[in-house]
Amino acid sequence: MGFLKVSSPHAHGPMSTASVMRLVLLATLPGMLALTWFFGFGTIVNVLWASITALAFEALALRWRKRPIGFYLNDYSALVTAFLLGIALPPAAPFWLIMIGTGFAILICKQLYGGMGYNPFNPAMAAYVMLLISFPVQMTQWLAPKGSFAGDLLGPIEALRYCFGFGREAIDAITMATPLDVLKQNNSLLVSDLWSQSPQFGQVAGKGWEWANAGFLLGGAYLIYRRIFTWHAPLSMLAVLTLMSLFFYDGGSSASGGSPFFHLFSGATMLGAFFIVTDPVTSAVSNRGRLIYGALIGLLIYIIRVWGNYPDALAFSVLLMNFAAPFIDHFTQPRTYGHKTKGADK
Amino acid sequence: MSQLIRKVWDIHGGIHPAENKQQSLQSPIQAAGIPPQLILPLAQHIGAPASPIISVGDRVLKGQMIAEAKGFVSAPVHAPTSGTVVAIESRLIPHPSGMSGACIVIDTDGQDEWISHSGVDDFRSLSKMDLIDRVRQAGIAGMGGAGFPSAVKLSTRDDKPIETLILNGTECEPYITADDILMRERAAEIIAGAEILRHLIKPSKETLIGVEDNKPEGIAALQKAAQGTGIEIVPFPTKYPSGGEKQLIQILTGKEVPAGGLPADIGIVCQNIGTATAIYRAICFGEPLISRITTITGEACSQPRNYEVLLGTPVQFLLDQSGFKKDDCIRLVMGGPMMGYTLQDTAVPIVKTSNCVLAPSAAELPPPPPAQACIRCGMCAEACPVSLLPQQMYWFSRAQEHEKLEDHQLFDCIECGACSYVCPSNIPLVQYYRASKAEIRQAQQDKIKAERSKERFEARTARLEQEEAEKEAKRAARLKAAKDKAAAAASNPDSSKTDLIQAAIERSKAKKADAADPAQDAIARAQAKAQDRVQDKGDGKVAAEDPAAKTERLQLLLASAERRLVSAREKLALAKEQASENVEAFATAVIKTEDKVAALQIEIANHQASLASAPAHDAADPAQAAIARAMAKRAGVSADESDEDKTQRLQNLVATTEKRLAAAQQKLSTAQEQNDANVAAFATGVEKTQSKLETAKQDLAAHLARLAAETPASAETTPAPSSSDDPVQAAIERAKAARAAQADMSDEDKLKQTIASLENRIARTQEKLSAAQESGDDKAEILADSIAKLQDKLASAKQQLG
Amino acid sequence: MIELIAQNPFIASLLALVSLGVVFGALLGFAAVKFKTEGDPIADQVEALLPQTQCGQCGYPGCRPYAQAIADGDDINKCPPGGEATIAALADLLGVEAKPLDAAEESVPSVAYIREEECIGCTKCIQACPVDAILGSAKHMHTVIASECTGCDLCVEPCPVDCIEMRPIETSLQTWHWDKPKPPEDLIASDRSGASA
Repeated sequence: MGFLKVSSPHAHGPMSTASVMRLVLLATLPGMLALTWFFGFGTIVNVLWASITALAFEALALRWRKRPIGFYLNDYSALVTAFLLGIALPPAAPFWLIMIGTGFAILICKQLYGGMGYNPFNPAMAAYVMLLISFPVQMTQWLAPKGSFAGDLLGPIEALRYCFGFGREAIDAITMATPLDVLKQNNSLLVSDLWSQSPQFGQVAGKGWEWANAGFLLGGAYLIYRRIFTWHAPLSMLAVLTLMSLFFYDGGSSASGGSPFFHLFSGATMLGAFFIVTDPVTSAVSNRGRLIYGALIGLLIYIIRVWGNYPDALAFSVLLMNFAAPFIDHFTQPRTYGHKTKGADK
Repeated sequence: MSQLIRKVWDIHGGIHPAENKQQSLQSPIQAAGIPPQLILPLAQHIGAPASPIISVGDRVLKGQMIAEAKGFVSAPVHAPTSGTVVAIESRLIPHPSGMSGACIVIDTDGQDEWISHSGVDDFRSLSKMDLIDRVRQAGIAGMGGAGFPSAVKLSTRDDKPIETLILNGTECEPYITADDILMRERAAEIIAGAEILRHLIKPSKETLIGVEDNKPEGIAALQKAAQGTGIEIVPFPTKYPSGGEKQLIQILTGKEVPAGGLPADIGIVCQNIGTATAIYRAICFGEPLISRITTITGEACSQPRNYEVLLGTPVQFLLDQSGFKKDDCIRLVMGGPMMGYTLQDTAVPIVKTSNCVLAPSAAELPPPPPAQACIRCGMCAEACPVSLLPQQMYWFSRAQEHEKLEDHQLFDCIECGACSYVCPSNIPLVQYYRASKAEIRQAQQDKIKAERSKERFEARTARLEQEEAEKEAKRAARLKAAKDKAAAAASNPDSSKTDLIQAAIERSKAKKADAADPAQDAIARAQAKAQDRVQDKGDGKVAAEDPAAKTERLQLLLASAERRLVSAREKLALAKEQASENVEAFATAVIKTEDKVAALQIEIANHQASLASAPAHDAADPAQAAIARAMAKRAGVSADESDEDKTQRLQNLVATTEKRLAAAQQKLSTAQEQNDANVAAFATGVEKTQSKLETAKQDLAAHLARLAAETPASAETTPAPSSSDDPVQAAIERAKAARAAQADMSDEDKLKQTIASLENRIARTQEKLSAAQESGDDKAEILADSIAKLQDKLASAKQQLG
Repeated sequence: MIELIAQNPFIASLLALVSLGVVFGALLGFAAVKFKTEGDPIADQVEALLPQTQCGQCGYPGCRPYAQAIADGDDINKCPPGGEATIAALADLLGVEAKPLDAAEESVPSVAYIREEECIGCTKCIQACPVDAILGSAKHMHTVIASECTGCDLCVEPCPVDCIEMRPIETSLQTWHWDKPKPPEDLIASDRSGASA
């Protein structure tokens, strides 16, 4: 009779992977705008170039793997990686740096493992860490925020020029240590003194940084509202980070780790909490697992930021916890209806 | 005050798919009418299929049982209207496989003639067993979708008291409105059914009817009908899949049905409201389950609505009434869009569990797009009503990791489809779980079967090995015996004969001790061996053996045989006294031993005769002669046996056989007199001897006849013809000859003796005959027969003598 | 001596390494003896994975001998009734590479069927059956106990009148189940090839 023979359910919800990814991309916009507002067009150039290269690498890999290119490019997952990496890299990073980053992320960290869904590590973060270790100079050239120096912000043309290596020497003039870096290097000044002496500090955290973080927080809240991911991982990460900084704040001595506000709104905290930690592929699967996963990332971030070698620590923390995710999964299987105990330990 | 808001619990997960219920609620329930043909599957419920109790060609009435329940978990099937059974055959049935199953096909006659039936006025006057039996006989099975026989569900055990009776009016699946419209239009029947159930189950705490809050009309109608009954209507927030039995229990009571358990384990019984109505009609009107309410809906139907449908009505019949446009419909679903299954054909019938036929358009429920990779977003885990991790189970299912699947409680999955519904990658998760469940079950069965095959294989191997070992042991024993014999012969050539015979006797004794049928076996074997040995000696050793030694040897043999005869007789006597089972065997042994003794006597005689005549025949080399004779003996019939010799031999044979017959008969008669248990054995012995005698006599007669026919000169020619006479006869003759050997009694003496013995026996037999006749024994005939035979023999003997 | 060692880091490290090696070697050796586990002999574990059809298609007379042979180093890909699944399980157990099946195709689960009107009652199949799943006596028709038949087809060959056939086990309403969906990758790849063709 020609009727379909398919297994139930026959109805399907409105959500698709592509729409999820599109929403994620959309949610990065507030933070990205804030970054652009305070640091110039460097970030936008980063993101654009990263997107182009990421899609190209993705297409290339799919071609090699003999997969339908259009079908997979349509899932927007490469774009999400490109956006996150582009945002995480210093504005107006050299084009080759970005290209190596996206190439590593897409080819090595994603397609080599079998494509979307199969990668054990967050591709953007793995690429970031690889770049940070390989090219520490380029990776730590963060631009000075608006108002902390005399010159103009990076315009789109300028940013493009810098990105592609023309007159790149000039960029040194407008780079500046990030607040996290400043605080880390500080061993003599009280936090309040540091605040007043350094131009890159703002209201509660770094100038510009606090707004960028607020932007990512807004985007994240929107995603939670749209039920793209659950609140568990980001909230537990932020909560632990807050608790740790509160505990080690000690009122702002020269050995202080910085205030909770400072930690929450500096560096990549919010970007990480809502866009990296929530990456479903590489995180723990159960809600309880995600609570633990997020909490441990928060803990690691604080530890590395304050006592470790690097000023920011999101990428390292996430990668470390990516390792631990399957382990966490094993012990956090939820209690199934009608069972007294959790699944694994019966 | 009366309507306190009752606390309801929430279930984990769940989804809110578009309800699409309004379409089919626009018009009231409509009777679908009587289709020309009804197809009634025998398996419309969970459990054993019903078994037909009508035959093709029978006219059946509405409500008549046409197939009875087979086993406890089963339900009967009734004719939904009057008509004629035209077939009991395999037809397409509503099943996800699209396969066929056994159905009863009824051509309806349109008269809708009821079988006589009646309900009870006051169900409270009936016992619980009686009520449950009525439910069972009405063929009621869960009408919510699963189709579990209601009577089984209602047979609660006394050790598990029920606190709460729940009626399920949730109907959480989109599109379906069969229960909704039932509540709106027949609330009173639902409440009446609930009262019966309440009477049956006797819940100690409460009776609840759970309804999702998207059916306000239904809730209102129920509340109105339930006023004053104490039955509580509990509305709760709409969420799929609240209507699952376990989910509803959790929502209404906060309790969870233990995994692998039943609601009754936690004091709850749950029934669908449609089932309650069916029970009401069965108890109060005596109407079995022959119709149900089914929703026909979907965009491919221009008039979606609910029908009251006779079970067995083809789906096509309903679709035709609903303005079904086949071209718009890409899939036809029986059940709802979440858990229903696709139908391949519109000829399939509506069954007890068919709550909905959904004919959606392609735009409404588009064909599933190709699945993308799982990104482990966890939306499925969020949606799962039983808190599983569907994304993990998906990976395990693909990797066939059965153990991990079971660890992740695959078998607690209720296949509600919520995970697949929310999956952004369009992965058909439920299909994976279904396939994996089947795989695991198959693997378990395979394992059990493999285990059994292994056991059977091992048992067989062990058996074969044992048989082989037994054979081997026997072979080894034989080999050993042969070696022993050879060794003994080598070490002691002179006295070998005696030793060997002694050894044989000993062996036979030893064997007697442990053989199953000792006496017979042992003696027979010993005899056979002794005989063999005699022949062996005849073969190989005769050359070295001087005649005197041979005489001695034979005499020794005779002596030992006689000894054995004595001992065998003693044993027989003993066995008889003790009424042993072996009497028969001993009797046979005695007879055989007697044979043997006779044979040896004859042989000795023969030997002596040959000794006497040897010099005359072949004085030059007696040994040569002996060898020749021995060879001849081995060959069976002595090749150089003269006709005269043969006549003599045969006569001897007849004589000895007769003698034995006489002895046997005597024994038989004695046994009969004493009412011995061995009569049968003796009778057999007599019979055997008689038949031997007959053969011997025939041989003799044939020989004599031949002699008479031949010229005297031929007596000197080779006796070849004797052996070429008749191969069978010759063979028998040879066999007899080998055993009986030749005697050198003179013809006359022998015949005289024979005659005497025959006369003697005739006299005795006649005595017996008269006795038997007097007592009306049925042996009289046999005895008469044997007298006749004896007289024949006597006559022939006398003739010979004369 | 100590001075020599203290002054000569090379010797010091050499000594340290050697002594560490000795200590740990002894420890390991002790542990190996002390905590020796008498687990399932490998052949038993292998046998547990074999399908027990006793068909002999591996070249051994039954599953147990093949299990023993595998334990002694024979290939793991000689079991057609077990198919790829068994090979994978064996590879997993033994930590070796899974090999493609050493046969044209996996044998489909089937059951022997005796066309009874043709059976002459020779008992040859009964003798061949490794699991005693054929009933019958001399000169009487034989029949297969389908539930015990492993589908090994050892009875087919000896039948002098070729009245035994292997019938694949058919799907019934009870045994029917949904198959696993095609892996998405295959599905899409095939869609694409269909579209481009």
